[in-house]
Amino acid sequence: MPRLGMTVRELQERALFVRRDIVALLARSQSGHSGGPLSSTDFGTVLFFHEMNVNPRRLDDPARDMWHFSIGHVTPVIYSLMGERGYFPLVDLLGFRQMQGHLQGHPSKHDTPGIEVSSGSLGQGLSVACGMALGSKMDGIERRVYCVMGDGEQQEGQIWEAAMFAAHYKLDNLCAVIDYNRKQIDGDVQDVMGIAPLADKWRGFNWNVIDADGHDIPALLAAFDSARTTRGKPSVILAHTVMGKGVSFMEDDYKWHGIPPSRDQADQALREMGTSLEEWTSRLERHTQAEVAPGAGARS
Amino acid sequence: MGIDLAKPEMKRTREGFGHGLMDLGQKRLDVVVLVGDLSGSTNVSFFAEKFPDRFIQVGVAEQNMMCVAAGLAATGKIPFLATYGAFASCRSADQMRVTVAYTDLPVKIGGAHGGISVGPDGATHQAMEEIAIVRSIPNMKMIVPCDYWETRKATVAAADDPHPNYIRFGREPVPVVTGPDTPFTIGKANLLREGSDLAIIACGVMVYEALVAAQELESRGISVRVLNMHTVKPLDHEAIARAARECGAIVTAEEHQVHGGLGGAVAESVVQAHPVPMELVAVQDRFGRSGKQEELMTAFGIKAPDVVRAAERALSRKRTR
Repeated sequence: MPRLGMTVRELQERALFVRRDIVALLARSQSGHSGGPLSSTDFGTVLFFHEMNVNPRRLDDPARDMWHFSIGHVTPVIYSLMGERGYFPLVDLLGFRQMQGHLQGHPSKHDTPGIEVSSGSLGQGLSVACGMALGSKMDGIERRVYCVMGDGEQQEGQIWEAAMFAAHYKLDNLCAVIDYNRKQIDGDVQDVMGIAPLADKWRGFNWNVIDADGHDIPALLAAFDSARTTRGKPSVILAHTVMGKGVSFMEDDYKWHGIPPSRDQADQALREMGTSLEEWTSRLERHTQAEVAPGAGARS
Repeated sequence: MGIDLAKPEMKRTREGFGHGLMDLGQKRLDVVVLVGDLSGSTNVSFFAEKFPDRFIQVGVAEQNMMCVAAGLAATGKIPFLATYGAFASCRSADQMRVTVAYTDLPVKIGGAHGGISVGPDGATHQAMEEIAIVRSIPNMKMIVPCDYWETRKATVAAADDPHPNYIRFGREPVPVVTGPDTPFTIGKANLLREGSDLAIIACGVMVYEALVAAQELESRGISVRVLNMHTVKPLDHEAIARAARECGAIVTAEEHQVHGGLGGAVAESVVQAHPVPMELVAVQDRFGRSGKQEELMTAFGIKAPDVVRAAERALSRKRTR
């Protein structure tokens, strides 16, 4: 049941917009990560435009759901989702990683209103989300907490401290999503430091584990539904994705983890997505007033 | 102040932390307490028994604890976490820096068993780098109370500060040099003894050693000012500048490595405001070892006689300027 009343088709269209934003902002900044943001775009869109009860007009709404990207380096998708959802004007995306902008390389609460807790050092975010989920339960608030992690990030030991904690305290208001694109900065995850069998590990820590195609909107809707209705334990969605999804020359290539496209490459990427660098940049430049997405704030 | 320096009342600072949390538990519903499997030795067990619904056992997982506290703070809680200072400051330093301090969340870190006075546990558990680590991180405040009462007051005061704080306290009973009515304000040094020839600026258990040293120096006709610099960050620059101007020589005293601690902080302030001869009483860049509290403090050169000798050096430099 879509919170904003969006159809699957509308969500797919929104995801396409987010991908175009990511490529255009990276073309401008000439600094930042391409691969992870593009692999996280579809579940990110489902989170921001369907699953989560957030109100960009009232950031301190006590009834809001809370979200936290433990993989702080995917700021291109975080900021594009925030801009499209109405947290700030889309023109701000063009100031990404710039001295005069408010969009830091990694999420910063005090620079970007809407970010709940700053992040950027891998492995810490699930613990933060545990604190949010437990604090909400202590106050009897019907809030859900969402935490996005990377698959390479699963190599951090602190993740497993948090996994133990969440299951111990039965944090069923907590939903983690892992961008399982099988690539990290030095290569294939299985070559750098294998994490398989990942689902078994999470099951072994007493989590509800949901496998989903991370680029299939209906599958993601069902995955979040399943997480939301599971009681007594936290849920983790293993979102099987492709690094660089949506840009032919980036797909499944780890070399795109931490670099931006050149302007020519960005133009080629945007043409594959039905626009051009000039056209999409000009859309961002014209968008100087934050527009909260249709029906924002209303949870049906 | 009516303290018998020869036979002071002895009380544990960790008990001050435990009782401070009890004070808070009664008056503030937003205060929650986390512990990493050290309820008894950090004395948060008092709070746990009285307020079990606001007590969170995290197990042996300090990094997780630091970030869970941050998440709780994001929901409006005032979380106090407790573990040994060696772990709070070093094991979870990155978590303190990025998640807590960069976000500027009101997480209150209780670093127990600070300093060499921990005794028999030895080097791994003797936290002697905390001040250096914590004070180098933006948004963090570093409080090193001198006794039971001050630890209790610092704990209560920290809850009112909307920023992150670190409170360092110890294991063994230490002399009580303040009372329940002694004023305490974060960032404001307490003048314990007026004097004009030399100032001793101390924190933690070394405040008592400074008072003993001052008494000894006084008997030789030297007028010594003693400042209790319980907050190492933010530092009371005004009190330091006044001490430099009015006394002309300074000795710092701390139960911490000489690099980056109270002495370093005071020196940074003094060289910019009013340079005067300074001597630093501290642990000289070495790891601790097992032993009794008194033996160790003597062996590591941080007892009152060491403070007296440092004062003599500073005064001699002052005279030959």
